Amino acid sequence: MEILELGKIGLLIGFLLVIVGFWGVLQQKNIIKIIVSFTILNTGINLVMVALGYVKGRTAPIIDSSIDGVVDNNVLNAIVDPVPQALVLTAIVIGLGVTSLLLAYAMKLFKAKKSLEINDFNDLKW
Amino acid sequence: MLRNFLIALVLASFGFIFYNLYNSYEPHTELTGIAAHYAENGASEVGAANLVTAVVISYRSFDTLGEITILFLTAAIISFFLKLSKEDEEKVIIHRGTSELLKTASQLLVPIMFLFGIYVFLNGHLTPGGGFQGGAIIASAIVLAIMANPNMTINHSVIIWVESLSGVSVVLIGVLGILLGGGFLDTTLDGYGLGEFGTIFSAGTIPVIYSLVGLKVGAELSNILNMYQKSQKEA
Repeated sequence: MEILELGKIGLLIGFLLVIVGFWGVLQQKNIIKIIVSFTILNTGINLVMVALGYVKGRTAPIIDSSIDGVVDNNVLNAIVDPVPQALVLTAIVIGLGVTSLLLAYAMKLFKAKKSLEINDFNDLKW
Repeated sequence: MLRNFLIALVLASFGFIFYNLYNSYEPHTELTGIAAHYAENGASEVGAANLVTAVVISYRSFDTLGEITILFLTAAIISFFLKLSKEDEEKVIIHRGTSELLKTASQLLVPIMFLFGIYVFLNGHLTPGGGFQGGAIIASAIVLAIMANPNMTINHSVIIWVESLSGVSVVLIGVLGILLGGGFLDTTLDGYGLGEFGTIFSAGTIPVIYSLVGLKVGAELSNILNMYQKSQKEA
């Protein structure tokens, strides 16, 4: 089997994390575990986005001494795509906000019923 | 049983979609379009060594303004949601006592973590990191302090003032961009200069904006943590 390049490894692990996260959200009964699965799903999607911006054999989009050795000293030939990384930065912050809201909601639910099992919250079920 | 089958079906279809996406994915071999423009002109137009920072704070600063707004909204909603009654405010958290190790380690680590957070957001335009990351490091120092001493009180008015002042300052610097630069949230102001490339006072107003963002994010996350902490009060 040939050795995968870095971008493909990132893509593969990202997709796996997305599936694991979905499994957790659908299968788990404990609210905290659902929130953890949600963050795993989030991380997987972020990893996929960063991996899509990877260009083989290039370095981080920071202009310093690490790009001196490349062809013609041209930045264009030395760095990976900075745009997905900037988008992921935004996505991480929004994921953080959503997670903190979920946790606040879980705390409120625990106060109401002294339980974190999702099956105990059946007031709206008929 | 049906439930498990449906879950397996959903996951299998996701797996199928991802398998096909993965197989048809062709890695890029060079930068194209807008990324090439950022890579070529980022250093001369914005002056930030870290091109991600150049994209986040200068080229796409509207996104960042929206991000700050979302974080602010989250903090506001949580403080509204976990609001305590007057009598609950008087109560304390009952805990089993924290270990000696955690207490001693937090005394050593909390100042260092604060310092590292400040370092990360001050150097956001030169090294990996920036305002959001620095703010998150500062908030993790607060987590450590709270874990070592669960009944610690955080000065609420300081947090509110830091948060509001830095938020308003970011928008004011953005407005300065209309008057002295190319438009709202432009980081290259006339008469301010780009500075020497690769030094801490470079890249126009990016270090100022990122420091303010770092303070704001740190204060906001600390505020959220404080809300979580206070909602544990029982007796």
